[in-house]
Amino acid sequence: MLEIDQIDVSIEDTPILRQADLTVGNGEVVGLLGPSGSGKSTLLRAVAGLVDVASGDIRWDGASLLDVPTHRRGLGLMFQGYALFPHLDVAQNVGFGLRMQRNATPGPLISEALEMVGLAGYENREVDSLSGGEKQRVALARTLAPQPRFVMLDEPLGALDRNLRRMLMTEMREILTEREVTGIVVTHDRDEAVAMADRLALMREGTIVQTGTLSEILDRPANDWVRAFVS
Amino acid sequence: MDTGDGRLRRSIRWGWVGVATVPALFVGYFFAYPVVRILDVGLSELSIGASGLQARLLRVGWFTLWQASLSTVLTLLAATPLTWAVSSYEFKGRRLATALVAVPFVLPTVVVGTAFLSLGFVQSIGSILAAHVFFNVAVVVRTVSSVWSRIDPRLIEAGRVLGAGPWQTFRLVTLPLLRPAIAAASSIVFLFTFTSFGVVLILGGFRFATLEVEIYRQAVNLFDLPLAASLAIVQLIGVTTALYVYSRYQESRSASWEVAGARLLPRPRGAMRWLVGSVVIASLTVLMAPLISLFSDSLGRGFYTGLFGSDAVVGSPIASVGNSLRFAAIATLISTIVGLMAAAAISARRGTLSKWFDMLLMLPLGTSAVTIGFGFIVALDWPVDLRASFWLIPIAHALVAVPFVVRTTLPTLRSIRQEMRDAAAVLGASPWRVWRQIDLPIVSRAAMVGSGFAFVVSLGEFGATSFVARPNIHTVPTMIFRLLGRPGEVSFGMAMALSVLLAAITAGVVMWLDRARVGELGRF
Repeated sequence: MLEIDQIDVSIEDTPILRQADLTVGNGEVVGLLGPSGSGKSTLLRAVAGLVDVASGDIRWDGASLLDVPTHRRGLGLMFQGYALFPHLDVAQNVGFGLRMQRNATPGPLISEALEMVGLAGYENREVDSLSGGEKQRVALARTLAPQPRFVMLDEPLGALDRNLRRMLMTEMREILTEREVTGIVVTHDRDEAVAMADRLALMREGTIVQTGTLSEILDRPANDWVRAFVS
Repeated sequence: MDTGDGRLRRSIRWGWVGVATVPALFVGYFFAYPVVRILDVGLSELSIGASGLQARLLRVGWFTLWQASLSTVLTLLAATPLTWAVSSYEFKGRRLATALVAVPFVLPTVVVGTAFLSLGFVQSIGSILAAHVFFNVAVVVRTVSSVWSRIDPRLIEAGRVLGAGPWQTFRLVTLPLLRPAIAAASSIVFLFTFTSFGVVLILGGFRFATLEVEIYRQAVNLFDLPLAASLAIVQLIGVTTALYVYSRYQESRSASWEVAGARLLPRPRGAMRWLVGSVVIASLTVLMAPLISLFSDSLGRGFYTGLFGSDAVVGSPIASVGNSLRFAAIATLISTIVGLMAAAAISARRGTLSKWFDMLLMLPLGTSAVTIGFGFIVALDWPVDLRASFWLIPIAHALVAVPFVVRTTLPTLRSIRQEMRDAAAVLGASPWRVWRQIDLPIVSRAAMVGSGFAFVVSLGEFGATSFVARPNIHTVPTMIFRLLGRPGEVSFGMAMALSVLLAAITAGVVMWLDRARVGELGRF
């Protein structure tokens, strides 16, 4: 279980997160929804240890993560724009995390991950030669291959066209369920959040305004902004 | 309609040939033809196989190779801390630091040599290596940091999230992404140190002769042209190899990795502030020390007034300044005209022909200046004997400078969209009018920068000049070398004073260029 406990984060003296609070239970996927610039990505980066947390705490199963360096947190983060390594081929990208775990025989796990995202046989392709949708799948495979205990996806469908998004939305949900992933999916699109997550968390100006399922939020919106944003 | 179109196309093609002819003839006669003559003389010498020739070529070639390789490795090592600092962080004085680092690179080699002597360096291999590092650090810092600072930070973060520690991330992500830039910078540094002449001659003397210095000694001092020619062949092989490696890396797919634009770098915090600060201050102090020493030592005992005196052996030292400015003006004019015509010809067509033409024009820059000067005295007795002509000096300088003009103007010319020219043509402009009304105004700023580079190149040129200048005509660099060659504190003082003058003029032109902000220094 991940607990984000009232954290404050500032970047270049500008407060981005203010008392942000969120709990994600085991096996649960939370859809973090909010307008652009509301601090969604920063929240993920704080959990990953890529930005400094000024106050508050982030705990995994009760133990604080704040003093654990990024590479030892055992998390998965799929970046907006994917951030695939251009100097490595598909298999080397997907196998990067396994290599860091000193896995001596990553081959089968790489193939399995590629198969899962529908890219069986893509091992030796150059990253540059992939289409947008294929890059998205490789990025997902790279994030999930090391089997992280907690997964964060930052606008996973952001850069794709509408038809592809609709298709991948369902596919992603299936993969997340099948792998029993615990994690957060960031998006600014309500339908995407509903399709991929068990529960929604609404973020505005660095604060989590409300959490719950879509019907719970629609039934009892915390304020006018929430009502306008989700309906 | 059909015939009219055909006629237009034909006239454009003939126009292209006309524009391309001038630079082709220029480079062909003053560069390609002399190189062929050198090959001819050198190969027949090699086929005769004079006793001990092979051993001699091997010895000089081997020394040149290992000093260039060692210089390259040392330059990479010396440049690493500063490259890291300016690539990773934004800090006060970062722009100044990157500007200062380029100063040694634009200085004439004789000035660098004199500065190291003023710092107390004696003729030794250590001095040569130190001066080479000093001279070339800018190439590495500029080339590598321009890629490093543009690496998408998310790639580094992705490595960290996937479980790689800071050092592993550097080794597995950053370093492979930098490899093409490091290879390109290394091959340029290798090329410069492999063909280094002024620095080696001043800080090494004939005891530490590289191919370049040995060619000079054999041709000018001992007048053994066949031996010099066979040395030049070894030299050409080395240079061509380095250029080939460089172009391979330029063309490889990896050259297009740096897709991200310039990004905001973070400010260093905590202990990093101290580390960045000390790296920058230490690097700049070491880089500036020779220049500060040169300047302060030049101030003693009326060395500057001594320049205005007349001397029985070398004439009036200050007269060399007038000569240099005159030669530089002519060389700038020639190289600007030839370079612009070449750039216009290259940009007008895409395809193998124009690519080869581009390569041909770049060759004089890659080849050593000594080979150019040597080629002149070997070859330019046909069809008329030009070898004693006043024009040889500015022509040699222009030959070295043409690639600079082409490099600075070509990107701008290529950025002009064909539709603009077509629109002008539809409105009734002839091809020549199109060029005057569209291309020339757009390219003129870049051309100014190219001309400025040509001027600086000519002012500092030493290798070719030392071959083709008659003994009674001195440019500033050859005068400095003459003064250094004479014993006595006053001669050395005057050499330092003249070096300061040359450095000041060079720095003035370069600062003016930097304000024009078109060409990027150190991208060659």
